Amino acid sequence: MTAVDTPVVPWTGVVGRPLPRVEAAAKVTGAIAYADDLQLPGMLFCKLLRSPHPHARVVSVDTTAARAMRGVVAVLTGHDLPTKYGIMPTCEDEQALEHEKVRFVGDPVAAVAAVDEETALAACRAIQVEYQPLAAVESIEDALAPPDGEPLHDYAGPGNVHRLAALEFGDVEAGFARADHVREDVFFFEGNTHLPMEQHSATAQASDGQVTLWSSTQNPHYVHRALAKVLGLPMGSVRVVAAPLGGGFGGKCDPFSHEIAVCKLALVTGRPVKCTLTREEVFYTHRGRHPTLMWVRTGVDREGHILAMHFRSVLDGGAYGSYGPASMLYTGALQPTTYRIPAYRFEGARVFTSKAPCGPKRGHGTPQPRFALEVHLDKIAEELGIDPVTLRRRNYVEPFTRTVNWLRVTSCGLQQITDRVLDASGYARRRRRLGHGMGFAVSSYMCGAGLSIYWNTLPHSQCVVTAGRGGVTVFCGATDIGQGSDSMLATVAAEELGLQPGAIRLVTGDTGLTPVDLGSYSSRVTFMAGNAAREAAAKLRQLLVEAVAEAEGRSPEQVQVRDARIGSLGFEEAVALAEERFGTLATHGSYTPPAGIGGRYKGAGVGPSPAYSYSAAVVELDADPVTGEIDVHKVWLAHDIGRAINELAVRGQVEGGVCMGLGEALMEAQAYRHGLVKQPSMLDYKSLTFLEMPDVETILVETVDPEGPYGAKEVGQGPLLPVIPAVVSAVHDALGVWVDEVPVTPDKVLRALEARARGRDARYGPKSFPVVPYPPLVKVAPPDAAAPTL
Amino acid sequence: MSGAGEKQVVRLTVNGEDHELLVRPHATVLELLREDLRLTGTKHGCELGECGACTVLVDGQAQLSCLLLPGQVDGACLTTIEGLADGPVLHPLQRAFAALGGLQCGYCTPGMLLAAKALLDTNPTPSRQQIKEALAGNLCRCTGYAAIVDAVEAAALGAVEAAAQDAVEAAALGAVEAAARTPR
Amino acid sequence: MLRLPPFSFLRARDVAEAAGLLAEHGDQAMLVAGGTDLVPKMKRGQLTPTLLVGVGHLAELGHVSASDRGVEIGAGVTLARVAADARLGAAYPGYVQAAASVSSPALRNAGTIGGNLCVDTRCNYYDMSFEWRQALGFCMKKDGDVCRVAPASTYCRAIASSDTAPVAIALGATVVLVGPGGQRRELAAADLYQDDGRCYLTKQPGEVVESLRLPPPGGWRSAYVKVRRRHAIDFPLGGAAVALATTGPIIEACRIVLTAVGPRPLDVSAAAEPLVGRPLAEVLGGDVGLLAEVAAAAVKPAKPLDNADLHYVWRKQMTRRAVEQAIRQAARQPAPHGAPAATFGADAAGGAKRG
Ligand SMILES: Cc1cc2nc3c(=O)[nH]c(=O)nc-3n(C[C@H](O)[C@H](O)[C@H](O)COP(=O)(O)OP(=O)(O)OC[C@H]3O[C@@H](n4cnc5c(N)ncnc54)[C@H](O)[C@@H]3O)c2cc1C
Ligand code: FES
Ligand code: FES
Repeated sequence: MTAVDTPVVPWTGVVGRPLPRVEAAAKVTGAIAYADDLQLPGMLFCKLLRSPHPHARVVSVDTTAARAMRGVVAVLTGHDLPTKYGIMPTCEDEQALEHEKVRFVGDPVAAVAAVDEETALAACRAIQVEYQPLAAVESIEDALAPPDGEPLHDYAGPGNVHRLAALEFGDVEAGFARADHVREDVFFFEGNTHLPMEQHSATAQASDGQVTLWSSTQNPHYVHRALAKVLGLPMGSVRVVAAPLGGGFGGKCDPFSHEIAVCKLALVTGRPVKCTLTREEVFYTHRGRHPTLMWVRTGVDREGHILAMHFRSVLDGGAYGSYGPASMLYTGALQPTTYRIPAYRFEGARVFTSKAPCGPKRGHGTPQPRFALEVHLDKIAEELGIDPVTLRRRNYVEPFTRTVNWLRVTSCGLQQITDRVLDASGYARRRRRLGHGMGFAVSSYMCGAGLSIYWNTLPHSQCVVTAGRGGVTVFCGATDIGQGSDSMLATVAAEELGLQPGAIRLVTGDTGLTPVDLGSYSSRVTFMAGNAAREAAAKLRQLLVEAVAEAEGRSPEQVQVRDARIGSLGFEEAVALAEERFGTLATHGSYTPPAGIGGRYKGAGVGPSPAYSYSAAVVELDADPVTGEIDVHKVWLAHDIGRAINELAVRGQVEGGVCMGLGEALMEAQAYRHGLVKQPSMLDYKSLTFLEMPDVETILVETVDPEGPYGAKEVGQGPLLPVIPAVVSAVHDALGVWVDEVPVTPDKVLRALEARARGRDARYGPKSFPVVPYPPLVKVAPPDAAAPTL
Repeated sequence: MSGAGEKQVVRLTVNGEDHELLVRPHATVLELLREDLRLTGTKHGCELGECGACTVLVDGQAQLSCLLLPGQVDGACLTTIEGLADGPVLHPLQRAFAALGGLQCGYCTPGMLLAAKALLDTNPTPSRQQIKEALAGNLCRCTGYAAIVDAVEAAALGAVEAAAQDAVEAAALGAVEAAARTPR
Repeated sequence: MLRLPPFSFLRARDVAEAAGLLAEHGDQAMLVAGGTDLVPKMKRGQLTPTLLVGVGHLAELGHVSASDRGVEIGAGVTLARVAADARLGAAYPGYVQAAASVSSPALRNAGTIGGNLCVDTRCNYYDMSFEWRQALGFCMKKDGDVCRVAPASTYCRAIASSDTAPVAIALGATVVLVGPGGQRRELAAADLYQDDGRCYLTKQPGEVVESLRLPPPGGWRSAYVKVRRRHAIDFPLGGAAVALATTGPIIEACRIVLTAVGPRPLDVSAAAEPLVGRPLAEVLGGDVGLLAEVAAAAVKPAKPLDNADLHYVWRKQMTRRAVEQAIRQAARQPAPHGAPAATFGADAAGGAKRG
């Protein structure tokens, strides 16, 4: 066989191109089946009975009447599922159904399986529960006070304090002593929730002691572990399939009562059982943004260089642990990834309150401190008479350095995104007039957490790629929650194999069929599962190339892979040849974050990531001095994406993140009144409609990360972060008042204006920070600044 | 008068097919479509008229199926997402949504598409502001809306028509580059 | 999924039959037109009829017709149809603004003007699921005996939330009611409402709203300004309807009706007294103080409480501003002229919505 030798050029047939998502056709035709679309023969329907009390002892649960109802097949109480669980091994404090005490309005106490939802609901209403009400814990202040009666939990403490941390890196007092200027501020970030359009749904089927769960979950692996534990089954007897998700944003990351209940009910009844939450129940399931009170003190020199920073937070965790210890540490972890802070002290606390449990929401634990930090820097800049952008630039971290809290920073496009966003928005040239303002802020976010939620030796992502007469299939535990992870996997495999994404079959998010991937959280999927898929596909490509090279009598380096051809052979021919040569074609790849990307102190597990994305935002708005109403005209968002594997998907994440960020900045709040969620509906919980959403100009900066797949970094969470402080900053630009509390509602703006008119501080926000029983500081020596960084 | 909850007969045309159904008077059209007819493409996000996910067309008008009673649609023609494409040929709106990133998780998409169709059927060349107003009752938590407005605009202009036969093909052949995205 | 409790549904043959059924079944029966108010409230167990009488489909209720006496809009006409009707828009801009501001396009395709006049009062202690209300303790509007937002109140403080009612009142519109025996009566729109969130309508249980009669076009300029958080979906948090009559450049009369500040639309026209006899130009540019004074007086009797979105003090401040804006908008409108009755002729009639 003669072949014309052409130089082998890297195939970039698909990476970097704005291709539609692979499941788009199924989504625009209604063919795709979300969890609630699953209908199995003989299926029963489950409803949960929930607590009407914010805090109460369960004295007795009488299910007699419910069991006697026609159409009721099974009733469960906490006695049937007594094993405690929780996403973090250090706070396994949840029970699928509580039989001893309830800790918030909405806490599940019983589950019914019946022939239809109406019967299940009627049966729930027929269950008699005797409660002995206990004092509710309604706020951070309540939780910090000595408990009135028993605390919510009998672990942790003191009182209702869940978790505390106190860390110091470098000599903070010395830094303050050297400072020319020291400033303190207090901020509050109200809690809010994910509000995915899809309400959680789960269906279980059991036979021969094996149970399969289809659920709208972001993390099938963690649900799998919890189920095995609570049901007392070997992991091999439990299979969790993540159905296509109608949005998650962190709200579908924990194992939930309804998931456990349907599995147990399926085992007990021998019939498939489904539970779909109502929208109100989704507000109880929550795990949303922690309401967070923050205090920050920073010392700077005359030029605005940061010399020392002390950051305190206290998070209202709601009733259970969830991801709380991590959420709390995240409020202190990432400040040093944008600014060089030579000496840094962080004191954090999370408290229990009798409200729906908080957990991870887009940006997990970092939007609150990012809001506080950026606004605080604006105030320092104003006091020093330095332009706020200049002040930030003077403090930006450099690429390939290590932060004072030991985080390894690699690619970092802070300067570039700042240049680009300023250029595009004309921020520096803005014309000042009353009622019109622009605000600027930056942020960073992780490309996957450096450590797993529970200690284990598994790679964080694993992937298997097979090829045969049936085509190419990628098996991966990663879960598409709408962010496009399936498309990413298909694109990576296609790129390596010289195909188009549509030619790749995907089996994802199924603990029975795919190797473990830790899940769709912490913006880890593209970086980690992408790298795993790339490794697996590259190995397969190697086999194909070798087989073809051998047949063509050339060296493998001379075999080109592109346009569905391997050398001179069509892809399918090459597969047949390689199969003949090597046997079954199945390769695997995995990804584990490198060691040494973080420190070794207690608490060092939160913050390290193999790479950080960077975002810069400029927000332009009108703020009405008479009504306090805010009308955002435009947002410019520059994002250091590393490399955009799919520009269309990346832009979509930026626009979605900006939209959610504006929602949090302007209106979203999960607030409580008399112990109940105040707005448990999509009408009352305000999120942006088409008509509030301003134009967004997205600017992508490619810094090509050395470790990301093709240089890619995350985009799912980062772009939300700078939007919130940029809104606050723009309101100040427009009206000259600070609203130090998010969301910035019109009534707060007016109260700030009134305060100014009365000659008081021109701000609205918390007046003081409470006394928190922080533990003694753990002093950590910072990395040697002189030593090479990596 | 019959007792509360007693079933009644309702005649409907759904996506061109005639149905005579014996239904509970209190089962909304949303339940009827998803549960009785097993057309699960119609979604639900609130069941209270607050999110638009359940939007279907009733005699060509966008309606919230979660608020509609079967007795109110007796004799009507319904179009659901399953009836939007012409057999295997996607509707231009469907192609535009796929090609331009008008969907992410896709959960709001069926309602969004039907609301958009109702708009284009009465106003084939809407402005961007008119698109936003027509879709304002449909919430989306993923996209930030911009790409949806782009997609409806492109479909109206016939801009995606030429670009691709359908989304699957587009993904497979890389034929549609969303670079065609209109500037905003 | 949230579901409805069982009930029976009867499609009324005509208005008289609907009224007869209501009378026969007492408080077990309710009318349903678009169902956009009723259905969510029934899903949450706030309203519990066991018989629904469908009237949305009735051709009798689907007309828009004009005569020398004014324009009559059938109760079954949808908000979408009103919002899209250019002739109504020219003659009664405020009314059409109000109809177009209700919730979302799909909801306006179903919701009727009759349903909007009769829309239930709202309260964020009441518009909650059965379980939520049970957990807190029921309120006097449903299943309980105290007012949760104002525990000392002897009456229910749920909020009048119709967008179109205040404009109808400001325009001096009347409502035609049909009773069980088919007897008709005409009532000033203002008299349809009373100051108790529980029994907020004066209409007898057996009465059906047949139509809304607006005075002859040409008499009044009108405007409606709605206070809300988002530009779609949301109910009013406050708002003002203004109707303004002029002779040449001089203001003859001005009516102001507030919405969402209490259990009924609040007619505060007395506050507009200082405007009467003044030239329009003064309102539009000259005398800023005058408008501010009128607006301040207008909201004085308003007592919003903490049972809706955002802070009630802000809602009142915003309502004051809405008054100013609505007066300005009305004043800016072209001088009204008596549109010939024929322009509201037969082609505007018919096309009743389903129901
Ligand atoms: C999410 C959401 C947002 C909304 N936003 C708004 C808003 O912004 N502004 C607003 O004003 N409304 C709003 N509504 C309420 C409602 O949709 C509208 O008021 C609508 O106009 C009601 O009309 P309908 O025909 O659907 O009424 P229905 O629900 O059919 O009836 C409402 C009430 O009127 C009675 N009724 C209906 N027709 C007659 C008649 N002919 N004679 C006597 N009684 C009758 C019914 O018995 C019932 O008590 C909203 C509703 C929802 C779900
Ligand atoms: S499900 Fe019908 S509007 Fe939300
Ligand atoms: S695409 Fe997810 S809600 Fe719209």
